Amino acid sequence: MAVILDFAAQAAQMFLVLAIAPLVLGITRKVKARALRRVGAPIWQPYSDLWKLLHKEAVIAHNASWIYRAAPYLIFAVTWVGAALVPTYASNLMFSWSADLIALVALLATGRFALALAGMDVGTSFGGIGSSREMMIASLAEPAMLLVVFTVALIAGTTLLSAIAEAFASGQHGLRVSLALALGAFILLAIAENARIPIDNPSTHLELTMVHEAMVLEYSGRHLAMIEAAAALKLVLYFSLLSCLFFPFGMATADKSLAALGLGLLAYLGKIGVLAVLLPIGETAVAKMRVFRYPIFLGGAFAAGALAVFLLFVSRSF
Amino acid sequence: MPALVGLWCVAALLSLAVAAIAVARTSIGSILVYGGCLIVSLAGLALGLMTLIGGAPVEAVVLPIGLPGTGAHFRVDALAAFFLVVVNLGGAAASLYGIGTRKHETSPLRVLPFYPAYLAGMNLVVLADDAFSFLVAWEFMSLSSWALVMANHRAPENARAGYIYLLMASFGTLALLLAFGVLAGAEGNYAFAAMRAQHPGATAGALVLLLALVGAGSKAGLVPLHVWLPLAHPAAPSHVSALMSGVMTKVAVYGFLRIVFDLIGPSTAWMSMIVLAAGGITAAVGVLYALLQRDLKRLLAYSTVENIGVVFIGIGLALAFRTSDMNWAAALALTAALFHVLNHSLFKSLLFFGAGAVLHATGTRDMEKLGGLIHRLPKTAVVFLIGCVATSALPPLNGFVSEWLMFQAILVSPQISQWGPLFLIPAIGALLALSVALAAACFVKAYGITFLGRPRTAAANDAHETDGFSLAAMFMMAALCVLLGIMPGAVVELISPVVQSLTGARMPAQSYLPWDSLVPIAESRSSYNGLIVLFFLAVSGATTAVFIHRFATRATRRSAIWDCGYPDPSPAAQYTGSSFAMPIRRVFGTTVFDVHEKSDMPRPGDTRAARYQVKVFDPLWRHVYGPLARWMLKSTAFLNQLQFFSIRRYLTLVFVTLILLLLMVAAWR
Repeated sequence: MAVILDFAAQAAQMFLVLAIAPLVLGITRKVKARALRRVGAPIWQPYSDLWKLLHKEAVIAHNASWIYRAAPYLIFAVTWVGAALVPTYASNLMFSWSADLIALVALLATGRFALALAGMDVGTSFGGIGSSREMMIASLAEPAMLLVVFTVALIAGTTLLSAIAEAFASGQHGLRVSLALALGAFILLAIAENARIPIDNPSTHLELTMVHEAMVLEYSGRHLAMIEAAAALKLVLYFSLLSCLFFPFGMATADKSLAALGLGLLAYLGKIGVLAVLLPIGETAVAKMRVFRYPIFLGGAFAAGALAVFLLFVSRSF
Repeated sequence: MPALVGLWCVAALLSLAVAAIAVARTSIGSILVYGGCLIVSLAGLALGLMTLIGGAPVEAVVLPIGLPGTGAHFRVDALAAFFLVVVNLGGAAASLYGIGTRKHETSPLRVLPFYPAYLAGMNLVVLADDAFSFLVAWEFMSLSSWALVMANHRAPENARAGYIYLLMASFGTLALLLAFGVLAGAEGNYAFAAMRAQHPGATAGALVLLLALVGAGSKAGLVPLHVWLPLAHPAAPSHVSALMSGVMTKVAVYGFLRIVFDLIGPSTAWMSMIVLAAGGITAAVGVLYALLQRDLKRLLAYSTVENIGVVFIGIGLALAFRTSDMNWAAALALTAALFHVLNHSLFKSLLFFGAGAVLHATGTRDMEKLGGLIHRLPKTAVVFLIGCVATSALPPLNGFVSEWLMFQAILVSPQISQWGPLFLIPAIGALLALSVALAAACFVKAYGITFLGRPRTAAANDAHETDGFSLAAMFMMAALCVLLGIMPGAVVELISPVVQSLTGARMPAQSYLPWDSLVPIAESRSSYNGLIVLFFLAVSGATTAVFIHRFATRATRRSAIWDCGYPDPSPAAQYTGSSFAMPIRRVFGTTVFDVHEKSDMPRPGDTRAARYQVKVFDPLWRHVYGPLARWMLKSTAFLNQLQFFSIRRYLTLVFVTLILLLLMVAAWR
């Protein structure tokens, strides 16, 4: 019986992230539109978009290989599994031990690898430009992300996400300089990884500026739906990670009663909602960067992460 | 007993080498030689595995050959057994691949006799238990591989590669010779058992470590001694390239481990700092250069440099932990390093086999002339992709496991008590993270430009799938890459006797854990389960696909490329490898690379074509090796005067030298 309940809790988390992903995207779009003095589409528009794409015929180039057709499902699976591994409303779910924070970062890299290959599969210059830029961004963002991971892992003494969340939720570590640096770096990286302004613009098709959109330009129908869903899931994943690592308050940890789980769920949805409103407001306030200024942006994140790790090596009390 | 079996394997390989001279020209010569090598390698593999698992008692064999009075000592302990596994696993796969190359080998007499000899040399290095046999075997390995590099000696770049390889190999052996000389001490006892019994002092130990780092590092490809490697490894036939990159660099790692962990004994903090710094720089520089290559095999060779850097980071961490009396952490770091040794030998062999299939199918290694091979070589494309994913350290394959263990080792390093390594390790961790990320970019490029897109030349368009033997070798390696990724606990158990013998500790036992999870320190600290990750990925991906096909739509239409409405029919409009790497080249700019860019843009109204030229050099050639070579030439030209003296002057020289020597002897007494 206990096994079934554990399994149900894990499955609930898996379907929770999938269910709210388009909604989060809808909220960010709506807030962005309001900030730009437009009315904007309703917040459930992404659900309708996905539904429409799923039922459309997929148009594939003559020379597309199996990689092109398999990649959307792989990217979706990787992002979904990753999002389901991050503790949302409760820690220590059934499979939380199967991959730690480092494995999670690497899992996302697997998805990116597949997407970059899919972008190059048909042999267009747009696909190539997108893949090339994506890998350039990744090669700077991933090490910085690992340094953020090192920071939280060194403070919590573990790389398991549930254990980190529990350690921080207990409040025993207090406020730290290194954590503040890691938080700053994480926000910069989350912006870059999710293809948001100022790194990339999710709503542009201007070839000089696009990265993610250039890679998926050839996709249509259900394949495009999978990639869009994966992008929405990735945003939820980063929001969950942010709230789990830096604001794990309200999460059901030791007490797994229904009330505690309900409170955890409410706290989680509240945190995600706040982040979904803050992101587009931040985006509206800045301008898109030139491609060759990305290293400055991501280098800032890298430097902050490296400084945080170095401080922790000097003394555990930073 | 194991040492004797190992020696029989070596003897069998050597007799195969002799027999190969006779049968090389016959039609079944290749099958006989490579088939024989395959069987002997499998025997060696079984020997290594049985010694590791069974824990057979270590005993030495002394043969009455070699230096008078000492004889030749051979021994198989846990460390040697592990490297026997690595050498013979790679050897078996390469031999299987070699059977497939028989039809398109133009000069079998230049390859067949040296191939078994090369395998014998590598096995003998691992078996040797005294300095003399070790060095003889080491030189034998170097020279036989040199002969294989020169198999296609008419190409001028191969001749150059062979020349530089010969120079660097001799230099490395010289350093090792001196290292053993210091270890042997005043009594000149060259058996490893005697060296083990009396460890050198701190100064002598440091000197030996530096010499071993130069000697083994030049063979393994540590920066700045790596310059020969990207020239020589690609020049050999592809299965030999696989052996050189996947296996011989590991034999060099073996030499380093044998000297540093077994023979030197206790080490100091700054020794570990040197090894860590060398490893970190090697990893980062290797992958950055790999990214800029347009020759597929040279890209793989530079990637080997990177992976050797990763291995040396693990060794350096283990040294640092050991000096801080953290043997459990040293065991973790060394397990990570050895796991990476095994992983790299698998996926790098696989990738070189794949590159060989591409080379045979298209006649070129230049990626800018390839493209779209996934349609022409569909099976090779699958296994090459597995190799690329494994090299890029992506879960759920094996490359990720060793990098993950390495990161776990870095995360316990704040407990180190010495300040030097403590401040260096965060920087090394950052370099390691950077190398892993860049490796992914590098292999997206390698795979995307070679196998994806549209064929850039007629040769790429007319390519065909490779033969069955080669495919079997590649599928074997690919299957092992997947297996080691989802069952890492078994490998950790396999490595544990080696780690136990070198550090006196081991990682926690992995066999009791559910579903073969990997727990490096404690279950509350970190765990990873590749099998469950793979299972979840497969289930969620497959059910989604089935669900959509069943309940939404499965309608698919093939059409022309869209490309934003402006498709260009010319394959030249695709992204090239150089353009793919351009953003990263810009980011790391002139700090690491010696890049010469030249753009020639015609003025408006002028109809001639615009030209853009990029040349990338290794700054080491300009700033280190170039001046060194010029200085050598100048000094040898000066010494050349000695050749043209009159007889009187020679006699005077002899007389003066004699007097000086006598004076020295007198002063010494």
